[in-house]
Amino acid sequence: MSGLAYARAASLESATEVIGSHRAAEVIAGGTDLLQRLEEHVLPPPLVVDINGVEGLRAIEVDDHEIRLGALVRLNQVIESAPVRDAFPAIVEALIVTASPQVRNLATVGGNPLQKTRCLYFRDQSTPCNKREPGSGCGALEGRNRINAILGGSEHCIATHPSDFAVAMAALDATVLVVGARGERRLPFTELHRLPGDTPHLEHNLAPDEVIEGYRLTRTPLARHSHYLKVRDRGEFEWAICSAAVALELDHGGRIADARVAVGGVATKPWRLGQVETALQGRQATAEAFAEAAALSVQNAVAHGDNAYKLALLPRTIARALTELRERL
Amino acid sequence: MENASTGAEGGAVQARSTMRVTLEVNGREHALDVQARTTLLDALRDRLHLNGTKKGCALGQCGACTVLMDGERVNACLVLAVMAQGRHITTIEGLRGGDGLLHPLQRAFLDHDGFQCGYCTPGQIMSGVGCIEEGHAGSRAEIRQYMSGNICRCGAYVNIVEAIFETAVGTRP
Repeated sequence: MSGLAYARAASLESATEVIGSHRAAEVIAGGTDLLQRLEEHVLPPPLVVDINGVEGLRAIEVDDHEIRLGALVRLNQVIESAPVRDAFPAIVEALIVTASPQVRNLATVGGNPLQKTRCLYFRDQSTPCNKREPGSGCGALEGRNRINAILGGSEHCIATHPSDFAVAMAALDATVLVVGARGERRLPFTELHRLPGDTPHLEHNLAPDEVIEGYRLTRTPLARHSHYLKVRDRGEFEWAICSAAVALELDHGGRIADARVAVGGVATKPWRLGQVETALQGRQATAEAFAEAAALSVQNAVAHGDNAYKLALLPRTIARALTELRERL
Repeated sequence: MENASTGAEGGAVQARSTMRVTLEVNGREHALDVQARTTLLDALRDRLHLNGTKKGCALGQCGACTVLMDGERVNACLVLAVMAQGRHITTIEGLRGGDGLLHPLQRAFLDHDGFQCGYCTPGQIMSGVGCIEEGHAGSRAEIRQYMSGNICRCGAYVNIVEAIFETAVGTRP
């Protein structure tokens, strides 16, 4: 329990310098996931660098072309933003079903996509987990894996990425703004996370000295016609067992001109389904077309026992999300 | 790592494992020495002896430790004490009505029997105050949704919702 050190960074530059030179140091923003790990002794960092004093990261900036979210914007702040609700409804819908109001007042958009998995084996130190302790094995593969992934897994890890927000961001082609020791760079949101492969402990593509400064979201008709559907074991304050962020743009004849589909609760990272998007294009927006396209979502899926029900649940979730979206277009 | 100093652009970043913090709780300032690891919840209960805020799960799941930070409800177990510096903290002990006695929501919890064992009650009331302030107490269904961060294992939910709904109606402009 002891041994945690705390430092306050006045700028992102000083934060990047500290996390770049202390490999085990972590940035703390909202702290909602990090404090759970401290409490449960799951990868507790020896040093946290608090970036809450950094200026300029708390704003939601809106213009005609795009919306920019600073890393320290709180989840509830996004939910209450009329411009985000109007231009990117899937993002607001994903956040309303995230955690609890108390957690959402603390948690930040910068930290949310970097939260750790809820896999039972990652959170339980008495069990093997390649993500928590590389080389120790995966308890979930042959164990209690009802909540685990059917997409993007490997023989070393089938932990799902738990964020709802990240699924919506992946669907809506968000850009991540990153700051590091060598300056700033941008990367597509879909390239932020890594597949587990044989290094499941490496979860994202940020360098050790890099920190998320914020995001850019381009306003498009497609993004404005977006929707998020979350399926979970209870109606509130629960992780997704399956979710879908979808967007549709119809032409004047009612045909699908463009589509976006990303899913959560079933995959090791926020998961774009390009083959489903392609299959939707050019079709009339009918329940039949939605079901046929959604069926492709499990083409490469692998079930592991307890989570086999997701092979049926995932296509249905996508089709239902598309149907709900079409009804309000 | 104890009190190590790291040179960084824009000034040295001081890393400390113990530090002096000043917490403003219920309008009063308190200076105390804490570990970096100390949560706001533990500082309130163990150091300031404000035991109204309850410790349930310590993982942000039960809501028993809900307090207001700058007027917004948060889980005190998910906040490091050092990070609560400069914020206005309100606990159940700091809640007052216009008459200087009970807050209207406290009165409504009594009127509606919004508790049984009482352990979750301070967190329920602080969360309910936040819920009403946010404007998310417009209907019983909305209250149920926006009070999802507070668990009552006695199951007094129906009466809790009634107490919040009645108070929200009474305080609506």
